[in-house]
Parts: sequence; structure tokens; C-alpha cells
Amino acid sequence: MADSGAVHTIELTINGEQQTHNVMSRQLLVHFIRDVLGMRGTHIGCDTGNCGACTIIVDGQPVKSCMMLAAQADGRSIETIESLGDGPDGLDPLQEAFREHHGLQCGFCTPGVLLNAKTLLAENPNPSTDEIRRALLGNICRCTGYTNIVKSIEAAAAK
Amino acid sequence: MNPDAKTLPYSPVEQSERLGQWSGKNVPRKEDKRLLKGQGAFVDDLWMHRMGYVHFVRSPHAHARIVSIDVSKCEAVPGVYATLTGKEVGELQEPYFQMAPEPGANAKDYCMAVDKARFMGEPVVAVLAESRELARDAAELVEVEYEVLPAVVDGVATVEPDAPIIHDEVGSNVGWHGVYDYGDVDWALDNADHVVRIDRLHFHRFSSAPLECSAALVNWDPGTGVCEFQTNNQMPMFAAMFLGPAIGLGIDHMQFVTQDIGGGFGIKITSYTYLTALALLSRKAGRPVKWTEYRWEHLAASAHGNERTFLDVEVPVMSDGTILGFKLRAFDDAGAYMRYEPLGAVIWSQVVPGNYRFKHIRVDYTETFTNKCPVGPNRGYSRLQHLWMIERIVDTVAHELGFDPVELRKLNYIQPEDFPYEAPNGCIYDSGDYHAMLDKALELVDYPAVKQRKEAAAGSGKRIGIGIGTTLDSGTNNFGQSRIINPELPFSGNGEAAFCKLDLYGEVTVTLGTTPQGQGHETTTAQVVADILGITPEMVHVRAGYNKANHTYVGFSGTYASQFAVTGLGAVIGAAEKLRGEMVRVGAAMLGGVDEDDVELADGFVRLAGNPEAAIPFIGIAATVFSNVAELPGELADSVSLNCRHVYRPPFAVPNSEDKTGQLTLTYASQVHVAVVEVDEETGAVELLDYAAVDECGRKVNPQIVEGQVHGATGHGIGAALYETFNYDSDGQLLNATFMDYHAATSLDVPMIKYGDIECPSPFTPNGAKGMGEGGGAPLSTISSAIQDALPEGAHIVYDTHNPPERVYDLLRSASLGLPRGVSVTSR
Repeated sequence: MADSGAVHTIELTINGEQQTHNVMSRQLLVHFIRDVLGMRGTHIGCDTGNCGACTIIVDGQPVKSCMMLAAQADGRSIETIESLGDGPDGLDPLQEAFREHHGLQCGFCTPGVLLNAKTLLAENPNPSTDEIRRALLGNICRCTGYTNIVKSIEAAAAK
Repeated sequence: MNPDAKTLPYSPVEQSERLGQWSGKNVPRKEDKRLLKGQGAFVDDLWMHRMGYVHFVRSPHAHARIVSIDVSKCEAVPGVYATLTGKEVGELQEPYFQMAPEPGANAKDYCMAVDKARFMGEPVVAVLAESRELARDAAELVEVEYEVLPAVVDGVATVEPDAPIIHDEVGSNVGWHGVYDYGDVDWALDNADHVVRIDRLHFHRFSSAPLECSAALVNWDPGTGVCEFQTNNQMPMFAAMFLGPAIGLGIDHMQFVTQDIGGGFGIKITSYTYLTALALLSRKAGRPVKWTEYRWEHLAASAHGNERTFLDVEVPVMSDGTILGFKLRAFDDAGAYMRYEPLGAVIWSQVVPGNYRFKHIRVDYTETFTNKCPVGPNRGYSRLQHLWMIERIVDTVAHELGFDPVELRKLNYIQPEDFPYEAPNGCIYDSGDYHAMLDKALELVDYPAVKQRKEAAAGSGKRIGIGIGTTLDSGTNNFGQSRIINPELPFSGNGEAAFCKLDLYGEVTVTLGTTPQGQGHETTTAQVVADILGITPEMVHVRAGYNKANHTYVGFSGTYASQFAVTGLGAVIGAAEKLRGEMVRVGAAMLGGVDEDDVELADGFVRLAGNPEAAIPFIGIAATVFSNVAELPGELADSVSLNCRHVYRPPFAVPNSEDKTGQLTLTYASQVHVAVVEVDEETGAVELLDYAAVDECGRKVNPQIVEGQVHGATGHGIGAALYETFNYDSDGQLLNATFMDYHAATSLDVPMIKYGDIECPSPFTPNGAKGMGEGGGAPLSTISSAIQDALPEGAHIVYDTHNPPERVYDLLRSASLGLPRGVSVTSR
């Protein structure tokens, strides 16, 4: 039945902090982050790995956390939206750029977009417009038509 | 101003003179920090003690009688708290109030299928369990026996005599029928130099599908009897009107709370059916219940945009290109239930002639039932179908009769000097300049150069097309138009409420009746209040979201239908002005009884205009009224509260339901888009080479937010035109109910949008603004127009809003095969 089956002990780094948890075999990483860790900035928009609202960073790479089991995070280092910007109020330059260039409206896709953009800029500090558009292919936004998201990332790269 | 303006049903209104220092500026959004930090509070982020998770068992059939339901195995699973079946719903719920007159009103609509399921995905049983996973697994153990019935999925064929009847009580699959007849279209057809006939145009079914699915945490508190809905429903007072009477809850026993909503676009208006089921389940289980749609549930069974077919379109045209109007039959497919319909059967008539001076129009309109997901008001609701049809008419006339599409539009557009313009049905278009917008849009794509490029591409296997879409975003409905579809309905006018107070420590706090989903209401409200009270937007606390218990509201409250800049901010302006008036009176008394006309609010002080040294900080005013009140003259103390509510009410009268005329809406924002497409002759694939969107929405409160709304509406339209469509098979099975199959537009599908704007302040609104955001579906018109322009001579006309490669390929091929073109011309 639902919650039967093996329980796994996982050790992982969450936003720089080493933690140990027991997780169910079937638990998705995104549900572990939201329901167990109580960090609600990682969102769920589609269940099929298409929309990217649940994007987090795993060992430096953008990962859709609905496509990974919590048990698979054993030994990994994960970063969520809660790691961006200092303290409860600080915005990092990428977040500042989104605010300045109106790169968000409802804000539901935004955490996933930001984390994807962060890894893009880490790998390619000066992406072209088309490189940014290609990099955003895994993030669906229904509010902005993407134009201001692209402009925000361009502005962050220029900072 | 039109010299006939004095004869208009309403005259220009006085506009607030204090707006301007902050209104009109790109003030950064107050909402952004929490959303950028992942600190937003969306419904699925909420939690309550003892809550259970809900999973719905849904009908796999489009049309099936429910023979039996057995929940015993499901309920026996440890951790399952309760189930709720459609049969129980039939006993616990009264059918929802229907807006249609009889016989459409005879349809019995419940929150779950009671006796038979009428669309694939309709909920049949709700399961409540201790975890999301358990609820889903236990739902698998529910046994439902169905007797499958023949389904009808075509919105036109459904009225044929042999079609299966979806609602036996209605007696047919017609939900509503009416004829709209303005001018004399028979005379026009008899006297025109040419009559252009189009066989069929089809506006397809899609959804703007917000990224956050519908969700609710509902708690029917057994102690107080109050049922609390923490929900992302975007029009809670409308929802209350349906669900309250259905389950016997008074308005004060329904509490609605929402903070952040992950997009709505109208699709979250009709979620009241789910709220009903959740309330009944919560009462039965004695627990809070939480439900978050899976994406497939959202796509299959929340709401879709209206699908509409136009048949037998006849267009009278004079030899100089003047289009006199049109005559047609329209079939609008409401799906299985009318949950906002048949309002769409009148709302299109806010834009009867589109952006044009058409005088003679007859539309025979039928709203039909099919075994598909019920429709809801999707962005551009009911007008975008009609506006697309009109632009198809204009392009087809230009092509068939050899007119230049730019010049033909300019000839037939409502002329800049015509505003305010009275449409054939009495609607007053407040302001606009479509000619200037078209020039600007063409300039943004470098029209002469693109025309050369089109010629140069000839013979290359790639065909270039240039398309124009001219549309309207009519805002601030007169709900009295509902009487045109049912004269018995007790609705008219419109309005919104706001509350503005000076709190004990001198803080300015505002609450709204609206439920924003990304439109930045906190920000634009703060800009307006800052102007009126002489402070900065940072000093204005606009409470996030909506909470019925301590926000003010009217029956129209919510966020929908392009109206916040007028109704919402109209209420805010009124509330802030009332507060300002009280602060001036208290200040004048505290400054020694000076003349109130000499008192001003500036820099956070109430002060003497001529002597800024004589100034009282806001905290001084507040502290005096709230905790040092004996200092004030008794008469003054009795008459101020520093708690000010205002309801903005546009000056509407009740429309005439006999001849279907009246002022149906207050403002007319407009859009002119131009697209350049490249069509691959071998595959039919369409690539957008360039895209310009020019927008006009009166005086803008925050230009950056306006531009963002234009981008978003453009993205939706592009997605729908080329990628997004719901595919039902002939059995009523939805074939693409996930984002794997329903291709929501991506960053590579939407080009970098070239934005332009002009500003024609509305003379009818308190701030010169017009409602905007829906965008009129301009990209649908524009891309159809561009594909049409790319087709070879002799091809079938573009007849559908949705044009994937296979359809474009067929259009390309129709020319060489010499197939019928779907259009004919008779000339005198």
C-alpha cells in the first residue's frame, strides 16, 4: 500500500548544511523538500518534468526535483531558492535584475527559473540572447511571454 | 471630442488631479521580494492540523451512466478518513443556480457526477486520506460500474436531431439561442457591390493553463459553523454565489482567503464546483481537507476556453472597399455544463463591430452542450473569438477583392476623430487611434524591408507572410448585459471596493476586494495612494491577497475581465481621498482651526501650505484620533474614523434586453500586432521571424507592468495559434492532458516581442486608465493573417485559429490540387 516499503537513510547537503533523513522509497525529491524540509519555495507545476517550477541545483547542475526520488539525493549537495540572497530580505544580483526588469509576474515559475539561470551564468557568464532562450527551454512561464525573463538574465550577466 | 458627445449616455468624468508623481512611473513591484525569495504563500504551501489529502476518482468516459459505486475496499484501507460519492452529493447539494433561461436552465449541475458523467475527467468519488500518496492509491480501490453512452464532441453536430442528449431535462443540446440584429444586413447584402461568402471559420479549444493548478485547503469548522476556503479561486464572491445556496451556507459562514495565486487567466473562476465538493467532504470527515490538482486534472477537468464555429459568413462590401457589416451563424461549444455560460453568449457583443465602422450585423448565436470539459472565461473571453472572425473577414475581403490589407483596414477602422464612438449596439468606445497604432506596428518590423524580403524569398521553398491583427480588450463589464441572455437575472452595473486607513502609529494600510494573480495590485495601489496622501509608495502597506473577513468587498469583487486599473484603482482613489479629507479636517483643527483649504498633505505631514513649519506627522493625526481624542472638538471626533471605505461604481444603466443594446462595458483598450512568418513549403512548419505588439490602454499607472501584461497575452496567443490545442477523439477522450502532449509555449516558441504603445486617456474613468491584460487574442488574428499572406494563389483560406504544420501543409497543397477554397465572391 501507499507508504509501505523500504525506508532509506540519506545524507545530503541542503543549502550548505549537512543533514540526515529517513525517506520513503517512493518519495519524490520535490515532496521531500516541500513536505519534510518545509521549504515551500520549490513549486510543482506539471508532474511530468516539463514545466521546471521544481528546478533546484544538484551538485551544480539544474535538476527537476519532481523527476528524482529523495533517496537518489543521498550524498548529493542540493541548493534551493531559499539559498539565494542574504538572509530573509537580501536579493542577489540575479534576483535584483529580475525585480528591475519585471522578469516575474505571478512568481510561481520564478524560483525554478532563477536556479536554472544561476547555473547558466555559472557556466556561461556572457550568454547571447539565443543562448538564454535555449537555456530556458525547460522552464515554462505562463505570465511573461519570456521576453522580460530573457532581458533580466541579460542584465544580470552584464552586472 | 465628438461633437455628438453631449448625446452620449454618459459624459466624461472628473479625473483626480493629485495623481502623477508616482502614478505613471515604473515603481518596482512590492510583491517581488517575497516571490523572488521563494517566500510567497500559494495554496499548496499551506497546512493545517488534522488535515487530510483529497484525491478524485474521475470518469474515464465522456458520457456514461453510473450504475453503481462501491467504496468499501477503499474505506477499509488504514489511513483513509472518508469518501464522498456523487450519489451523496445528490442528497447534500442543491443543483447550482443556472444563468440561462429555460430550457437551458433545466440542466442539473452538481459538483460531482450524480447519475451520469458528462465529460472525461468529471469527478465521481472523492477520497480523503492521511497522505497524498495514500489518497491516490486508495482511490484505485474504488469500484465504479459505468454504462457507456454515445458521446457527442462536435459543437455544431450536437444540435442534430439524432445526437445523444447530454441533459435529458433540457430536451436538446442547445443551452441558449438568440439573434443579434443591428442595422439592416439584408439591405446591405442586397445593395453591396460585392458579397464575400466564407463557408466556415473555427476558433479552437485551448487554455491559458496557469502554471499553478487549482488548489484549496477547506475547513468546515464544526465549532463555529464557518467554512473557510483557502483557495486560488480568482473570483471568490462569484464562487460564493454558486456554492453558498447549493450547500446551504450563508455568506457570513463562508470565509475566503488567498495570498499568492500562480496565474489565473480566468481559468480559476469556475473552480467553485471543487470548492463545493471539498466543503461537503470536510463536513463529513470533520477535518480540514486539502486538494491540489495534478496537471492532467487541470487540463482535462478544470475549464477550457470557448470553442466557436462560424458558419455561412456573408460580407457586403462596396467597390471602394467599405465593408458594410456581416451576417453569420455562430455555435459556441460550452462543453458539458454551463458554469459561467451562457454569459459568453452576450459578452462578445461588447465588440460587435470589432475595431471597424461596420453598421449592419446579424449574428445568430447558439450555445451548445458537448461531452467535453466545461468552458470558463479564458483570457480575452468570448471577445477574442469574435475579433478573430472579424479579422479573418477583413483579410479575406482584401485578398479576394484585391485591396491592400493595410489600406483596407485604415479605410474601415473607426477613425481617430470618431471617438467616443457609438457601436451599432449602443456600446461607447471611449478613445483610441488604431491608425497610429498600425503605423507604429508596421514601423517596428520595418514593413517596406519585410515586403522586399517576401518577394526575394519567392521560389526558395520558404514563403514569407506578413500579418496584421487588430483587436480590443474591453474592460469594466456592465453585468446588466446578463439580462440580454436572461431578462430575469438580478445583475447590473459593476463596482469594486477598497479600504484605506491611517493606523495608530501613522501607517497607511490598504485592503482590496481583488484577488491578484501577478498583476501587481499591491504596487499600483501604493502608487495611487502615495500620490493622494503625499507620501512614497514604500510608506503604503497594501495587504497581500484577499481575506473576506477583514477586506471589504462587493458582489463583483475579484480579479478578472481587465478592470483593476478602473474599478480597483477607482475604489482606491475614492478611499484614499476620503482618508485625506479626514486627515485635513483633523489637521486643520490641530493647527489651531485654520481653513481646511490651506492644509496640504506632503512629505508625510499634514501641514499649512503657506508655512511648512506648521506641520503634523501622520502619527500625530492618528494618535490624536485613536488615543487622545478629548483634544478634538466633539463634533469632529464623532465624524472621523480614519478608516475609509469606498466603492467605485461606473455610470451604467441596465441594457435593453429586447433589442440587445446598451452600454455593455466602460473602456476599450486596443491592440495592433504585426507578425512576420516563414512557412516551409515542404513541411508546413511556421516560424515567427519577427513580432511587434502595439498596445493602447489609456493612461498607464505603471508602464512596466502594462508592458509585461502585453508580453504575457502575446505569449498565450502565439502558443494557441501554433502549439496549444485540446485534441478530443470522436469518443470524447482527451488525448493530450499533460504538458508532455499539450505543448505549452516555451522560450523558443515566443520570439523577443517588439513592444510599442500609444496613450489615449479614457474620458470615462477616474484616472484616464483603461482595464487591460487580456489582450484581445491579437496574436491569433495576426498569425492567421500572416499564414494567409504566405499561402500561394488558389489556396484554401486560413479557417482555423490553430495552425500546426499539418494544417498549413494541407492549405499549401490545396492550391496545387485545385480544391475548394472555402470562400466565394458575388459581384454586381
